[in-house]
Amino acid sequence: MITPHLTRPLICLRSDDRSSVGGKAASLGELARAGLPVPAGFAVTTAAFGHALQAIDPGGAIPRRVGGLPADDGGAIADVSAQARSSIVDAPLPARLRDEIADAYRALPHAAGLAAQAGDVPVAVRSSATGEDSGSASFAGLQDTYLWVAGADAVAEHVRRCWASLYSVESVTYRRHQGVPEDGLAMGVVVQVMVDPRCAGVLFTRSPVTGDPSVIVVEASWGLGSAVVSGVVTPDTYVVSKVTGEIVKREVATKLRHHQRSPSAPGVCTRDVPPALRDVPCLQDGEILALADLGRRVGDHYGTPQDVEWAIPGGGAGPQPQIALLQSRPETVWSRRAVRPAAAPTSRAFDHVLHRLSAPGRGAAP
Amino acid sequence: MDPGGQPRSFQLPSAIEDVPGAENWRSMYPYFTRFQPGDDERFWFYNSMHFPEPMPAFDAITAEIPYTAIGANTTRVFVLPTTLGIEHRIVNGRVYITAIPVTDPEEIGRRAAIFNERAGYYYQNWDRLYEGWKARIADLIGQIEAVRVPPLDEFEDPRVVTESTGVAQNHYVRENFHRCIDLFSKMWHHHTEFLMLGYGAYVVFFEFCKSAFPEISEQTVARMVAGIDVIMYRPDDELKRLARLAVESGLADEFPEGCDPDAVLTRLAERGEAGREWLAAFDAARHPWFHVSTGDGFYHHHLSWNENLAVPFAALTRYVRQVSAGETLERPTSKLLAERDRIAAEYRALLATEEDRGAFDQMLGVCRLVFPYVEDHKFYCEHWFTTRFFQKIRAFGELLVGRGVLEEAEDVFHLQHYEIDQALADVMLAWASGGEPLGAAHLRPIIAERKWMLEVLRSWSPPPALGPVPEALNDPAVQMLWGITQDTIESWYSQAGSGNEREVRGYAASSGIVEGTARVLRDVNEIGQIRDGEILVCPVTAPSWGPVFGKIKAAVSDIGGTMSHAAIVAREYGMPAVVGTGQATARIRTGHRVRVDGDRGVVTILD
Repeated sequence: MITPHLTRPLICLRSDDRSSVGGKAASLGELARAGLPVPAGFAVTTAAFGHALQAIDPGGAIPRRVGGLPADDGGAIADVSAQARSSIVDAPLPARLRDEIADAYRALPHAAGLAAQAGDVPVAVRSSATGEDSGSASFAGLQDTYLWVAGADAVAEHVRRCWASLYSVESVTYRRHQGVPEDGLAMGVVVQVMVDPRCAGVLFTRSPVTGDPSVIVVEASWGLGSAVVSGVVTPDTYVVSKVTGEIVKREVATKLRHHQRSPSAPGVCTRDVPPALRDVPCLQDGEILALADLGRRVGDHYGTPQDVEWAIPGGGAGPQPQIALLQSRPETVWSRRAVRPAAAPTSRAFDHVLHRLSAPGRGAAP
Repeated sequence: MDPGGQPRSFQLPSAIEDVPGAENWRSMYPYFTRFQPGDDERFWFYNSMHFPEPMPAFDAITAEIPYTAIGANTTRVFVLPTTLGIEHRIVNGRVYITAIPVTDPEEIGRRAAIFNERAGYYYQNWDRLYEGWKARIADLIGQIEAVRVPPLDEFEDPRVVTESTGVAQNHYVRENFHRCIDLFSKMWHHHTEFLMLGYGAYVVFFEFCKSAFPEISEQTVARMVAGIDVIMYRPDDELKRLARLAVESGLADEFPEGCDPDAVLTRLAERGEAGREWLAAFDAARHPWFHVSTGDGFYHHHLSWNENLAVPFAALTRYVRQVSAGETLERPTSKLLAERDRIAAEYRALLATEEDRGAFDQMLGVCRLVFPYVEDHKFYCEHWFTTRFFQKIRAFGELLVGRGVLEEAEDVFHLQHYEIDQALADVMLAWASGGEPLGAAHLRPIIAERKWMLEVLRSWSPPPALGPVPEALNDPAVQMLWGITQDTIESWYSQAGSGNEREVRGYAASSGIVEGTARVLRDVNEIGQIRDGEILVCPVTAPSWGPVFGKIKAAVSDIGGTMSHAAIVAREYGMPAVVGTGQATARIRTGHRVRVDGDRGVVTILD
């Protein structure tokens, strides 16, 4: 029997690996393999989760009890899911798994091209769901993402926390309502070198406002991209033409808040942006164009419009912007709309002009 | 309605007061150019695109005749369904215009039936008709160049007797003056013959691109349409060719910066074979390529390069310097063409459906069909013909000087063409009778007053619009030819109130952001004042300003659309440009530090 991998380097993964590492890890692996600037990292596989759960709950008590909960019994769901979470968080990892995660973690600085560091490299630990509900499960975003985790033991602990998020009240309630079976539940985890961003945000390979497929729209704000995603700040907006490569619009917003590394425990806090930075554009032209180029490459790779989370680390500003690609998801709003032609050929080309000049004006003109 | 329930209105025409010191401005213009009481009910806008300065009395003909021609073509010849012609009024020396719309659906339908037939005929036969047009316009240019001003010698030419012509030359004073006016009128009929059909094709393509790609910039649409080998580039190309020849022939030292053209030409005649060859090439280039106006053909003082060699020499000396430094100065036409086609192909590929792509091809095809006319007619009409026309009128001015009526030939432009008719009749009579013309005593005080008034009127900042804010601006002529949309009007309206005093808004014509020192030039004859690295602020973006673009780092204009020549040139030079601001020259002063944001179409006054 072939022993399944417990961890896999992201660079070895592709979209097809969704069932073995979860959607987020598979997607990041796919992008990394395509040569896109995904921070180095590894996935803890669903097999690793199964392996650990086998040790924690050999008799299958957890799925049995959760599976028996009525969807509308909030009290029972709260009790049972809390017990499930604590049994997952509290149990030490099986030795083989613990060692493999520690080895993969220690290999990260090398994989990331970092110089051998004195201390432990900080990483982000995120859940990577496999189910159909991965979209809604990861939507809230922050609860199963842990930032600035450092040290092999801490990584192992946060991997368990990610697994435990499978048994959050929201997730359990959702599954009970949808009638999703509890047997065979699985979750992957992504461990990636932490990017400490000067600024971050989202880019859209099709305008989210107008649906224009010929532009890339970049939203950017200071600090972590979670501030943009969660809407605590009005970001700068830059629009770049995919065809001419020109920056066709710059809207510099007054950015009042940003998400920063929490000074205490691993995590994030919301702070006021220093007044001197509020009205300053967070991106230079070169960075805007590099982001647009990144968007074009991601869009071309998938062949469909994408919403892409990115970050630019602070510190040593070199001539080439160091952009990190954090996540890419298919655009859904405009892609779902029915495609209707804006115009159709006429029997004679100039009929277009005759029709236009015979119709009352519409206000648009050169 | 504004939030207070008041009808929204710009200042009413009847509320405009005469500029103190120029109260008699009405005497300069025909009665039919005056605002009427009922005009308060209509929306008017200041045509600063064509008439950025107060109108000298004669120059008002450049409003009168074009509007007789364009209106004839839209109202009567091609029968445009939704618009008739343009009406114009002059107040304090400034030309305001409005279009007469057709709004009754039945009437639109009746006109559309005729329009479709007639416009369809033109599109179907475009290339053939345009070839014919070029022959006709060349013939008109030949005719205006051939107009003679009778010398009014003491005794008539003996041939009048030996050939028994029966008509003495004083007759031809009037006939030939009328011929100038008549030819100018015919030229404008030709000018406007293809105009609406040409711009209509553009508008259709612009609107389609805007609906398929809501964020596309107008300048990008323009780049898909633009021709590369257009005649308006020829004068500048000729200068580059002459610069290369000068350097190759070892004559570069004759073209120091700020040199006097006449002195250079005199010295070159003494530089042996090489000098003579260069002069021969120079003379060949002058006809016709230096018959390019230093303005855009609406004022008598927009001289041609031939009449004001300082303008081409300013560019020529710079080109000589650049060629000496090893620059090629070639416009990379094949590269530009490839880039134009790449842009069009990529947008086409981004269209959602095959039907869209079919329509895109058709619309772009029609644009490229009409492009040669749209881009080239200005050279034939506003430049070549019009500079020749003003030269002839000036020659009649010299006749009047010779007969003691005027002090100097330029004074003729301070008379209405109807008044010149009288002055010439006076001269014809005096020559016939052997007496003296009476014009000097009558006309000289009038001319002196008008010169004074024009200076005074220059200080007036005309409001960009007058009368009620229209509910919907839907006149295709106004949209196409002046680039004025409902958004423009709203922006004027908001700036008329408590708008941001430091911001001037217009069209983003060429992208990029720069800061620098403004140089406000109201007149192309001031072109020598501009310094390297300044930001040009001018009333109008005219092709003949081309040479200045090598010096400036951004361009701002009062009016002009994305297809205006300067917008195109700014994009070629890769410098930011904001056009169609309505009031940049009124609000920005030379020396102001300004930021030009060619991405958003905003000019900010920084101090």
